[in-house]
Amino acid sequence: MQTVDGSIHTSHYIDDEYYQKLVSDFSGWRQADREVTDPVFRDSCRRFLDLEARFLDEVHFQDWLKLFASNCVYWVPSSADGGDPRREVSISFDDRRRLEDRIFRLSTGAAWSQRPTSRTVRLISNIEVYATDQLEIVMVRSNFQITEFRAGETRLWSGWYAHRLRDSGNEYEILVKQVNLINFDQNLRNPSIIF
Amino acid sequence: MTKPEDTLPAVEAADPIFDYEMMIQEDKVHQRLYTEPGIFKEELTRIFGAVWVYLAHESQVPEKDNFVTSRMGLRPLIIVRDSQGDIRALYNRCTHRGSTICRESLGSAKSFQCPYHGWSYFNSGKLSGVPWPEGYACDFSDAKYNLAQVPRVASFRGFIFGTLNLDAPSLEDYLGPVREPINDWLDRHPGGKVKFSSANRLKFMGNWKLAYDNSADGYHVLFSHRSLLAMENRHHEDEQKGMSFYKGSPDGAPMYVKYYPNGHHFKDKRPNIENRPGALWEIEGIFPGMEHYEALFRERYGVKADRALDLASSEPVNINVFPNLHILGNHVQVTQPVSYNETDTTWYGTVVVDDDGELSGAVDDINTIRMRTQEAFPNFGEVDDLANFEQIQAGLAAEEDEWVYMHRGLGIKDRITEEDGVFTAPATDEVFMREYMKVYKLLMTSTPNIAITREV
Ligand code: FES
Ligand SMILES: [Fe+2]
Repeated sequence: MQTVDGSIHTSHYIDDEYYQKLVSDFSGWRQADREVTDPVFRDSCRRFLDLEARFLDEVHFQDWLKLFASNCVYWVPSSADGGDPRREVSISFDDRRRLEDRIFRLSTGAAWSQRPTSRTVRLISNIEVYATDQLEIVMVRSNFQITEFRAGETRLWSGWYAHRLRDSGNEYEILVKQVNLINFDQNLRNPSIIF
Repeated sequence: MTKPEDTLPAVEAADPIFDYEMMIQEDKVHQRLYTEPGIFKEELTRIFGAVWVYLAHESQVPEKDNFVTSRMGLRPLIIVRDSQGDIRALYNRCTHRGSTICRESLGSAKSFQCPYHGWSYFNSGKLSGVPWPEGYACDFSDAKYNLAQVPRVASFRGFIFGTLNLDAPSLEDYLGPVREPINDWLDRHPGGKVKFSSANRLKFMGNWKLAYDNSADGYHVLFSHRSLLAMENRHHEDEQKGMSFYKGSPDGAPMYVKYYPNGHHFKDKRPNIENRPGALWEIEGIFPGMEHYEALFRERYGVKADRALDLASSEPVNINVFPNLHILGNHVQVTQPVSYNETDTTWYGTVVVDDDGELSGAVDDINTIRMRTQEAFPNFGEVDDLANFEQIQAGLAAEEDEWVYMHRGLGIKDRITEEDGVFTAPATDEVFMREYMKVYKLLMTSTPNIAITREV
């Protein structure tokens, strides 16, 4: 249900079928014969990821959210290559509503883990684009490094992203953003930024 | 098997050099308890060597030869179900020159070979061989070459504990009445058990006791978790959801805090809700797919839907077993000290097991829901707690401002009741901190009878 302020208050689309498809969409997708090597197309994906990263670095969460589909997932797995979120707790697994909640919470001024707010700068590189069975959907793999400065300390998050994007002709929409931290299986200190 | 007479004296604790009598008073404790590395070093012996420490869950080592690594204080351990089926807590420390022998966090192995010079051990801890033994004049069948192990290992309903202290009471006696809420927590599940799934793993730069002080603290909720409460209210302005019990006057609510002997405590929020099927589900926070799963369960399971949805919901309790085990909601949270100012806190998710099919096939969907509901608090609540613990650690750096107060409720007539060493008080009372600190003081001024054993 979409309310007047545009935020979503119910969640119906996460069902067993969704999970099944998610697990299969995120396994075995990096096949050499599916790689899209056209530099113009790949550059359009790179520009989109750069824009997304900038929205997060500039704490423009509402603009960032607009890049996501209404039936999206933001997923930070706690195992290598995702695993099955029906059987594992993830570091984060947000549907559209929970993603909006996450941003709402950060904007209350009482999310103490983000007071002061982290300053971040993201480097995104090693972009590879793969075609899927659906013409308008591509998978994009990229490496990231996030430098976070907060409360006098600078620290580093690293890993790789898998973006499942829908290409509507003139813009991209994020269906799933999967964040694979290199230290996904370790005890993490204050993982309260959006990765 | 190892026998008690095979125990060898290990660490002989020194007399206390810190004045615990002065540092732990009726209404307050000294900042040094949290900031002094020397006190942390003593705790490793007098607390983590002396009492029953939670080590692992049996569902992590379900089959013979399964192992999971753990720690008792800083001692690296391998918790193994050996080839005979016995659960042991082996020291992950080669008897040759001290290297850890196992570097995986879990797996299956009949034996372990030290990567350094290749000494090998059966999973009973017995040395199985060393490379080129003709270079040694000694007799390797001497038990002193077998791996050290924790002399006393015992389970309570799947939770594995160990202690090095030969004079410690039995595990049952150590737990005492805190077994009641643990029994309740387990008995709501089919077969009276749960299995561990994966974990949300967090850490904070602060002393481990900051987490223990907080574990039954009903005073902080409305303030520390203001953003989470606001987030929940965003969808359900007028409904009782998750943490909303704390709005208004939490001490006037039916929930309460209990302190049990030996440092354990329990915050029970169950009295806030009606005792009927479906009541737990009604207070469960929102999660991805909630509306879909509720509709599916109602359609598919009819009158049984409420029970299934309740099993998918979090149990509103915090059960804290001194010094490192917390059962809260559907989580099993394990606190692991790393140094005087660094602590790991690992939130294991738990899943329902339906061996007898009493849930009519709902078990997989129930567990899927539990994965999503269990992600909520670590993401939107615990991160703020840990940020606050780090800020306590920072505040306590002011060494001449000595005291940390825990006197809420102290001296107020008829507020706290006591029976057989069990104290009951309103939800925001700090009686549980004062009482556990008395146990802590006793432990820190005693010398435990510590030993290790070796397989013979
Ligand atoms: S330290 Fe293990 S074999 Fe030498
Ligand atoms: Fe808390």
